[in-house]
Amino acid sequence: MSETFVLIPGRTSKQGCGISEGKFKENYQREINTLQVASEDMQRLNLADGDRVRLTSEAGQVEVAVTAAKKGELPTGILFIAYGDLSSRLMAADTHGSGMPTSKGMDVKLEKIS
Amino acid sequence: MSANADTTSTASSGELKVVQDAACTFCGCVCDDIELKVEGHTIKEAKRACVLGKAWFLNHEPEEGPSCRIEGQPATVDEGIERAAQILCDAKYPQVYGLSDSPCEAQRKAVGIADWIGGIIDTTTSVCHGPSGMALQGVGEVTCTLGEVMNRGDLIIFWGSNPAESHPRHFTRYSLMPKGLFTPNGRKDRTCVNIDVRKTKSANAADIFIQIKPRRDFEALWTLRALSRGISLDGDLVERDTGVPLATWQDLMDRMKACKFGVIFFGMGLTMTRGKHANTEALLALTRDMNAHTRFVVNANRGHGNVSGADNVVTWRTGYPFGVNLARGYPRFNPGEYTTSDTFARGEADAALIIASDPMANFSEAARQHLARIPFIALDPKETPTTRAATVAFTVATYGINSPGTVYRMDDVPIPLRPAFDSPHPSDFDLLSKLEQRVKEIKAAAY
Repeated sequence: MSETFVLIPGRTSKQGCGISEGKFKENYQREINTLQVASEDMQRLNLADGDRVRLTSEAGQVEVAVTAAKKGELPTGILFIAYGDLSSRLMAADTHGSGMPTSKGMDVKLEKIS
Repeated sequence: MSANADTTSTASSGELKVVQDAACTFCGCVCDDIELKVEGHTIKEAKRACVLGKAWFLNHEPEEGPSCRIEGQPATVDEGIERAAQILCDAKYPQVYGLSDSPCEAQRKAVGIADWIGGIIDTTTSVCHGPSGMALQGVGEVTCTLGEVMNRGDLIIFWGSNPAESHPRHFTRYSLMPKGLFTPNGRKDRTCVNIDVRKTKSANAADIFIQIKPRRDFEALWTLRALSRGISLDGDLVERDTGVPLATWQDLMDRMKACKFGVIFFGMGLTMTRGKHANTEALLALTRDMNAHTRFVVNANRGHGNVSGADNVVTWRTGYPFGVNLARGYPRFNPGEYTTSDTFARGEADAALIIASDPMANFSEAARQHLARIPFIALDPKETPTTRAATVAFTVATYGINSPGTVYRMDDVPIPLRPAFDSPHPSDFDLLSKLEQRVKEIKAAAY
């Protein structure tokens, strides 16, 4: 059973620090491989911190661990992930004549991996 | 170019050296008031740096290992230059890409190489504020320096931007907290508005937070454009389209008209979302509209330390800021056609020179797969997915920490770099100078 969300990839200070520490190091990898979900959505989908979900966009599919977003930061129906390898794999190649792929506000289907 | 001799001798002797007014090149703020305490090849302390600046300065000891690898095997720099020059000169549609974490002097060399090989020069601007550059060409941009923001700005709006995480000293050094000539009480003289699809950490610093629906920036901006001209709107329609009541937009417009010096900082919440350059064009046009009522300016919050420099250098050299094809001997600009994400994803480029960027981690899957199939050269101070996959990978000195030069702050103010210590690896400038020279020799011999 999957549900459609809007995914917003973005910068975080931990991701920024991780770039300087090294992209193959744990801090960076942990930050870009964690999906933030509104706590109301976590509860509704029976998700706990560390559970893994599958995200599917028009361009690709990734598996990622979830964590509850800080209270009030994310409205329901919206997901957040730090920019990185996973967020880019969900991004379609078409730039609509702009040079810029649509990297934010992507529709993704989320399903819990049992 | 290398760090000055005094820095080198003091650092290598193991004594503690202090570098005053060093410039941090992690983000577009380029804070140039950092005090570095340096011991040998280690920066022990970066006074006044933010969390990102500290991570930048304290984690850039020179990488161990050779300065060059060819197909994963250690090689000399000269061998790497030779192989790189041959790859670029043999190519029919080579792409030169990156540049935003490299000083202007090196960027200039990269444009020269692209010209000699008849290739495309493109920068990471094309996947961050490229749409802003397109919008600027369409409607112009009313802007100012961050110094003017500090001295004059009394209404500060952040739209689709989260400087609390991406530019941590933005508020304290430039936009919200500083006491300026016409803002003597600092934060008390300013109203801050944050507009975003989620309540980021930056929203906590704002007096007013407006949460809009995702992908509805264009509708929200045109709502404000209409209100700036006193056009009456259907409240139900506005709320349905933007997720925000018309009264909230009217209140914001009243504040925008009433302020003395309004400033809008915007980020990739606008440029990376559906609408892209149309979103940014609406924002730039709104800023222009507001000057019928009061003084209003707009600034892009730029991400990388010298991405603004890349725009400037490529424009000096070609007349266009990014995505420039030099194959016919004169520059042609066409985002979507000559931009790197597109030429890779469509399988067009047959070789690439990647400078200070990581497309193997940040591009679409189709673009990455094509890059993996073609010969390419990568320059980076650290190992990345791109350097690991490169045919020729150069480990280079870190700009601003090991090598000098000039960078442009996000408001296009040039700032000199004050490096802390020498690196055993060549600088981007040294390496690209040698590569350009070798490319010229090969091209001259072919005539």
